[in-house]
Formats: sequence, structure tokens, C-alpha cells
Amino acid sequence: MSGSRLDLLQGTLDLMVLQTLLAMGSLHGYGIARRIEQVSGNQVLLNQGTIYASLVRLEQRGWIRSKWGTSDNNRKAKFYSITNTGKRQLAEDSRYWQRLTSVMERMFAMGPAGEEEPGDL
Amino acid sequence: MSGLRQLRGRVWAFFAKRVLDAELEAEFEAHLQLAIDEYMEHGVSPSEARRQALIDFGGVQQAREKQREARGLMHIDILLQDLKYTVRKLMRDPGFTAVAVLILTLGIGANIAVFSVVNTIMLRPLPFPNAQELVWIAPPPTKCGLSCATYSTDAYDEFRAGSRVYQDVTGYFAFSLPGNLRVSMGKGVPVPATSIDVIQNFFQVLGVYPAMGRLLNADDARPGSAPVIVLTDAYWRRQFAADPDIVGKAYDINGKQTTIVGVLPKTFDFGAVFSPGAKIDALTPLPLYGEPRNWGNIITFIGRMKPGVSLAQARQDAAVVKPSMCWNNKNPESCGSYKTPVPVPLKEYVSGRLQRSLVVLWCAVGMILLIACVNLSNLLLARAAARSKEFAMRAALGAGRGRIVRQLLTESLVLSAVGAILGLALATILLTWLSHQGAIALPLLSQLRIDGATLGWTLLTAVVAAIFFGLVPGFRIATGNLHEALKDSTAGAGQGRKHERLRSILVISEVALACILLVGAGLLLRSFLRVLDVDLGFQPERAAAIKVEYDDSAPTNEARVQKRITVYRHIIERISALPGVEATGITDYLPLDRNRSWGLPFPKGVKRPQNLNGGPLVYVITPGYLRAMGTAIRGRDFTWDDGPGKEVVVMINQSYARFLASYAHWPNNDPVGQVLDGGGRDIRVVGVTNDVHEETVEGEAGWQIYYPAMQEGTVGAELVVRTTLPPGQLASSVLLTLRDINPNQPAAEFKPISMLVDHANSPRRFFMMLVGAFALLGMLLAALGIYGVISYSVTRRTQEIGIRMALGARAGLIQRQILSQSLWLVTIGIAVGAAVSVGSAHLVASMLYATSPWDAATYFAIAAVLFAVALLSGYVPARRASNISPLVALRSE
Repeated sequence: MSGSRLDLLQGTLDLMVLQTLLAMGSLHGYGIARRIEQVSGNQVLLNQGTIYASLVRLEQRGWIRSKWGTSDNNRKAKFYSITNTGKRQLAEDSRYWQRLTSVMERMFAMGPAGEEEPGDL
Repeated sequence: MSGLRQLRGRVWAFFAKRVLDAELEAEFEAHLQLAIDEYMEHGVSPSEARRQALIDFGGVQQAREKQREARGLMHIDILLQDLKYTVRKLMRDPGFTAVAVLILTLGIGANIAVFSVVNTIMLRPLPFPNAQELVWIAPPPTKCGLSCATYSTDAYDEFRAGSRVYQDVTGYFAFSLPGNLRVSMGKGVPVPATSIDVIQNFFQVLGVYPAMGRLLNADDARPGSAPVIVLTDAYWRRQFAADPDIVGKAYDINGKQTTIVGVLPKTFDFGAVFSPGAKIDALTPLPLYGEPRNWGNIITFIGRMKPGVSLAQARQDAAVVKPSMCWNNKNPESCGSYKTPVPVPLKEYVSGRLQRSLVVLWCAVGMILLIACVNLSNLLLARAAARSKEFAMRAALGAGRGRIVRQLLTESLVLSAVGAILGLALATILLTWLSHQGAIALPLLSQLRIDGATLGWTLLTAVVAAIFFGLVPGFRIATGNLHEALKDSTAGAGQGRKHERLRSILVISEVALACILLVGAGLLLRSFLRVLDVDLGFQPERAAAIKVEYDDSAPTNEARVQKRITVYRHIIERISALPGVEATGITDYLPLDRNRSWGLPFPKGVKRPQNLNGGPLVYVITPGYLRAMGTAIRGRDFTWDDGPGKEVVVMINQSYARFLASYAHWPNNDPVGQVLDGGGRDIRVVGVTNDVHEETVEGEAGWQIYYPAMQEGTVGAELVVRTTLPPGQLASSVLLTLRDINPNQPAAEFKPISMLVDHANSPRRFFMMLVGAFALLGMLLAALGIYGVISYSVTRRTQEIGIRMALGARAGLIQRQILSQSLWLVTIGIAVGAAVSVGSAHLVASMLYATSPWDAATYFAIAAVLFAVALLSGYVPARRASNISPLVALRSE
């Protein structure tokens, strides 16, 4: 069931959107949502609609900008792209995220009690 | 930085809601289209593609809300929702809304007005730059009125030169009479105006700058210099139609071409600060080194201390200067005869006496607001009881408790905001009216206005009131039990009863507060009546005075005196002949007005003890004056035969007579016919008069001495007429007669003597009226509270009453029971209120006159009034209860 899909942590969606835009250049909301679904291998539980809250938040912070344009199949849609401040923010956030994941990995690497050597203290 | 940008975005989003929403919808539409396109590319049918796309999208409304929340100001959105809901809710219940707003308008409006008065008189500094440096310098009070509160010009010079703590010292002539100027505006009779002679540095010391032209300088004050005058803003507008080119123009004032050199700013009102209740039109230079040198004590001192100088230092300094101050430099034994001058902050001199009254007034109006709040709490509780199901329903639908309390607070805030706005309007009207009440002898009234502090106070009272009256019912509801509220369909269940108990407590506190106010007002009223009852020593009713102008110019002093006597006599004969005139006479000073003293005549041949202070107040009068005033004489009145060159005669009042008799060995202690030593000449006492309250209505009468106008110089002339008609009816014939005698007689006011008394009583009347009005308002609100609670309990018990009546209870019994309920509330309220009043009596004691703060009659009267009010406000619902038809009642569910 879809219950096994990942619930998004607060703020992760913003980061995913930024990363997607960095990788893909200019993209409309549907494209971003689809891209995230594809990259995650449909592991992420995403109501596509929620992406718009994230988009407006990022835009207000000045990390992305938007422009109405036309899609490949001639549909009018709003296209988003990352700004320079957005890139800097993304770099910062991804560094933080990587540090956090490496810490978490080490945490989980700890074996069950007893296997670890007793400390000197 | 990005925070700021975000905020800007959010604010923008908040206001551009419609545009952004439309854009969002377009985006959603595009999103779905793109998704549908993709599904259809994979061969899905159009309708299935749309279904799938919608599933992927998730809840559209949810996405919309989330986006709005992310972009806009959620709190304000909720607030707006609450506001919209509140306004709708309040509009649907116009009766409640109107009553609530009315109560709040009165409560908040009264508070704003009183705050403004307190702020202007007591809190705000005087309207001068660095006003804290200004001090009023006067000798300690003695028994001879204004003459002992002032200094001579020589003393002024010495004090100014000798003091080390002042930047400068100034002063003004304290004996100017109202209407001392006769201004000829072209043709026609001269117009009277009032000016004060000030020392030329007066404005520099106070820090007042001209609005136009210049103020006074040293040249203006030199004897013999060209006469100049400075106009007040109000006079310039009134008399000169705000002529922008007024500076430099000259008018005939008191017979001399006088140049208008400047106009004072609107903010400077001499009367408001130094002589409350008097209208001062202009200021003129006092020629210190001219004639006034021989006038004795005439100047009041005002000093501006150097920065950093303390009052204690100023006092010490005054003690150092005192020995060198002479009454007259030509008279060495007068040097050092002054008592040490006492500097007090000018502010304290102006408004210090009023502090207690103002605080009491402030408390009273605060209590009004408290009562208003309690009353509203009560109304809201009643409403809340009716709405408890609505709230339970909303809670059941997921509204948090906080959200419900918030909704209720929004309601009370809206009510109090409307109340505050209307209250502000009410206060503005009150203050505008008050600031034009020139006759109330309270300082600074003309400076009343709504200022920043007042607006701040308004905001504060409105918010505090809203929280106070909104929170009690709010919590009551929010903490209520959901299920019970939903089930509580029969008005008789526990919740309703709890409400009723809380409401009873509120009503009791209202009655208690109203009781305290009423007791205070009652005591003030009683004091006021006592003051009106004071035997003033003259009869103000049916007597009136008019300032008389006459021409006594003559080559020699003797000729001048002779001419004046002739004029006076002529005037009195002509006026006496008018129909309706009972008695008439002339004095130079009226009682309860200005006064002066000329030393202390002592029984001839008796050794004058050391350290005799003060002296009787001097009145120079014609025969008939005392009869016109209604002052009784033992012995004889002056006659026209008491002329110049004859034996000098005087009349003295009883208390001066008693004082003199305690030193002299007069037969029967009767001074009539005895001779006094009046500064080197013999004066014979021909009559003893009743004590006249010459300085205050409330204080003890002091010493008085009357000289005949035929033997002493006069300063102006006030013609007093006692009539059998209302004075108003006589005004025109008196003025016509005076003008017939002297065509230059200005159109002076024919003012009833009772006006002098009213003027003296005006501060007391002012405070009594205000506290009285508040007390009545408080009583009204309390009555409303009682009515509300009893009425509600009758409604709640309709069924019960119906059953009891069906079982045979009589209407009278039901009525009695309901009435006794309301009497109970009042009894407890009165008990609490009376206890607090008794305990806090000392607060009002200083405002009372010949009335005990524990005056039993007042307490009983107030209790009776409150019982009557309770009966009345309980009677209406009781009658309704007894008219309940059992059938209807039982069906009412």
C-alpha cells in the first residue's frame, strides 16, 4: 500500500524543489512534481497540489522566480527557475543535509548493546 | 534581509488576494491539463485521465488553503474572519449592540473627558518651556488678603538683585480690576476690556514668544514712554477681527493713543494660569519706577530658577535676601519687615489645591467604567448563555478553545472600539464645552483638548475594558462542558444556574460600586448645600453691580475730591430715582473679588503689641452701599456730611471689632464712638457691620474696615443696586442713566452679585456636578444590571412559575418572591458599598464642607434610593412573572 511511501519531513519538499530546478532549469509546477516523483522512484508520498505552497514560499524568499510561458505541447503554464540566492541557499542546505545524513548513518551503524566495547570511563 | 522581503511579499499577498487567487487557479488548471495530457499520451481515456490527474493532485481546496497560508498573513485573515462574523452577529442583535455600545460610550467618554481634565490641570506641565523651573514667590499667608501676598516695587528690585538662584524674577500688578481699559474703536462708546500690568521681562521669564509683532521691552516700562499694549490671541480675534496688520496700529485706550506692538500666541492664556475664571484681554507694561513706587505692595513674584537649583536652595536663598528687602527704600525702618518669601513650584500654586478633588474625580469616573464593564460582562453572560449551544456546536466541529475565546474577545474588542470612538466624540463635545466655560474658576480649562496622551488613554481604557468584560464570559463558555451544553435544552439545568450565580455576584458588585459613588456624590451635594447656606454677611439676591466711569479731572487734589463726591452723589441720586431701585451705593472693591489692606488701625492710647500681623481689608464706600449689599450695620452708616476736612470716620466689621476690643477697655466692648489710631491720624468708629465673607465663601470671614469715599481715594467705582425687580430688567435703564451722566460710560456688564458667589463656588459646583452625574449614571447602570438578572431568572423559571401557578400559587406571592430576590441583591450590594465608603471616607473628607464623611443622613438616603431603584427594576420582571399563564408556560418548551 501507499502507507509504505515516505512522508515528507518539514522543509524537505522545499529542498527537493530547489534541487530539481537547479538540475532541470526552468520548469512548471506539474513538471517539478512529476520530476520529484520520478527521481524518488515513486517512494515519496506527494499530493502534487502541495507543491504550490512550497513554490510560493520559495518565491517570496527570493530563491526562485516565475514567469508565465508555454509548454512543449503548447499549454500555458507558469515556469519556475532558481535564482542565484536560491543556488547559494541550496548549497548551504544540501551541506547541512549531508552532514545530518552522515551523522544519522553513524548513529544507525551502532550495533545493539553488548557488541560495543566498554569505555574507559 | 530575506525575512523583510518575505514580509513584504506576505503583506502584498494579503492585500492582492483576488489577483493571486486567480493566478493560482490558472496554475492549478494548467497543472491538471498537463497531467491529463500525459495520461492521454499513454492511451488513457479522457475522463479516466482527468480522474487520475485529480487523484495525483490531492485535495484542491487543501492545496489552495496551504498555498494561501504560505503566502499571506494567516493571523490577520483569521482576525478578519472573526471581525466579519462578529459584525454579522452584532447586527443581528441590534438591541443588545445598541445597549452595549451606549454603556461603553458613556463609560469611556466620561473617562476620556476626566482624564483630559486631570491631565491638563494636574499631570501635564504648565504650558511654558522648562516649566519645572518656574516658581511662585509669596510671603506665608496672613490675615490681610492680597496686600500681604504681594511686594512693593522696591522689594522687587532688591529681591531680583539679591537672589542668586534665579535666572530672572518677574511679576505682575495684582490689583488690576476687570474692565480697567476703555478702548475707543472709532466712533461710539468705548468698549471695556481687561488688562494686566506686567513687569517688562514677564514674557522672557515665562518663555513666551509673540505670534505677531513683539512683546514688551525695558523702554516700554520707562515712565513717560509712549503707551503700548500686547493683545491676547482671543481678544485680537474677538475685538479686532483677527486683523493681520494690527501690529503698529494705535487706538485710544483710557484716553491715550496706545500702540499695539504685538499679539500673544494662542497657547498663552494669562487668566487660565494666574487668575482662573477671569478673562484677560491684553497685557500692558508696569512702569516700575513711576507712580507704582508709591503704591505699596502690588506685585506678585514669579521666578525662573537656574537649571539644577532645588526648591530647598531657593528657600535658603530667600532667607538670605529677606533682610535687605524694604517696603519703601525712603523708609529705612520698613527694611527687613517682610516675612521670608516662600518659593513654591508655579504648578503647585496653580493647581496644587485641586489635586485631591481631581484624584477623587478620577476615581469616580474609573468606577463608572468598572460598573460599565461589570454591566457588559453581565449582558454578555446572558447572551453567552443563549449562545452556549452555538459554541458547543462549533467546538464539536473542531474549533479550538482558543479560537472560541478569541472569537468572544473579538466581539468585546469590536464593541469597545465602537464605544471608544463614540466616547471620543462625546468627550470632544464635553471638552469643547468645558474649555469655553470662562466662568468656572479652575485653572487651565481653556487649554483642554484631545492630545496624544488622551488618545493613548482612550486606547488603554478601551482595550482594558474589552479584556475585562470579554474574558469573564469567554472563559465561562470555553471551559463549559460540551455535552452538557448540547443537551442543556431545558432552561433549568446546572449550567444555567451557574450562570445565574455569577451574574448575581456581578450585580452585587455593581450595586456596591454605585453605592460608593452615590455616597460620595451625596456628601458633596450636602456640602454644596451647606456652602450655599453660609451667611455671607451680604444678600446676593436681587443685587447687581456695574462698573462706573466718571471724569474727576481737576487742577488740584482738593478739587478732584470735591468733583468726585459731586459725581458720586449725582449718580446715586439719579439711580435711586429709577423705579424698582431699593438702595444703591458705590464701592471701589466688591467682596469675593480683589482686596487690599492698609495697615492695622489700633485703639488710640493702647500700646500696640509686638508681632501684630496683617490688617483689615479696606473698602472705600459711599453712603448707602452697605444697605444696597444687604449688610447690617450697628451704629450709623456714613452720610454725605462725612466730607473732606471733617472728622475721619470708619466702620469696622464684628470680628475686627472683637479683636480690637480684646486690647482696648471699651465700655461693653463696644467700639462705636471710639477712636482708633490709623497711622498717625485719629479715626472714629461710627458703625460695626456684619462679617462679610470677602475672600472665600467657605473660609472664616476676616477683618474689614470701611472708609467713606468722601475722605479716602478710590480705585474705580462699582455701583451696587438693590432692586425689587430681577436685576436683568433694570440693566438697560441703569446703563442709560449712567450714560446720560457721562457719555463716555462704556457698555459695562450689569452683573448680579450672586455671580460673584457663583464664581467663588464654581470649583465646588463643578466637582459636585461631575461626581453627581457619574453617580446617577452608575445608579442607572446598576438598575439595568438588576433588571437584567431578575428578568433572566424569570425567563428561565417560566415553566416552574407556570406549574406553581397551575397548582394554585397566587400572583401576589410570585411577585413578592421575585421582588425579594432583587432586594437581596441590593441589600448585599449596599452593605458592601457602605462598608467601603465608611472605610475610605478620609479620601473625600478634605473636599467636604461642614459635613461629616460618615454623615448618617446621606448614607440612609442613598440606601433608600437604591432600594427604590431595586424595587422598580425588579418590579417589571416580577409583574411579567405574575402574568404568566400556566398554559402558555407549560407549552413554552
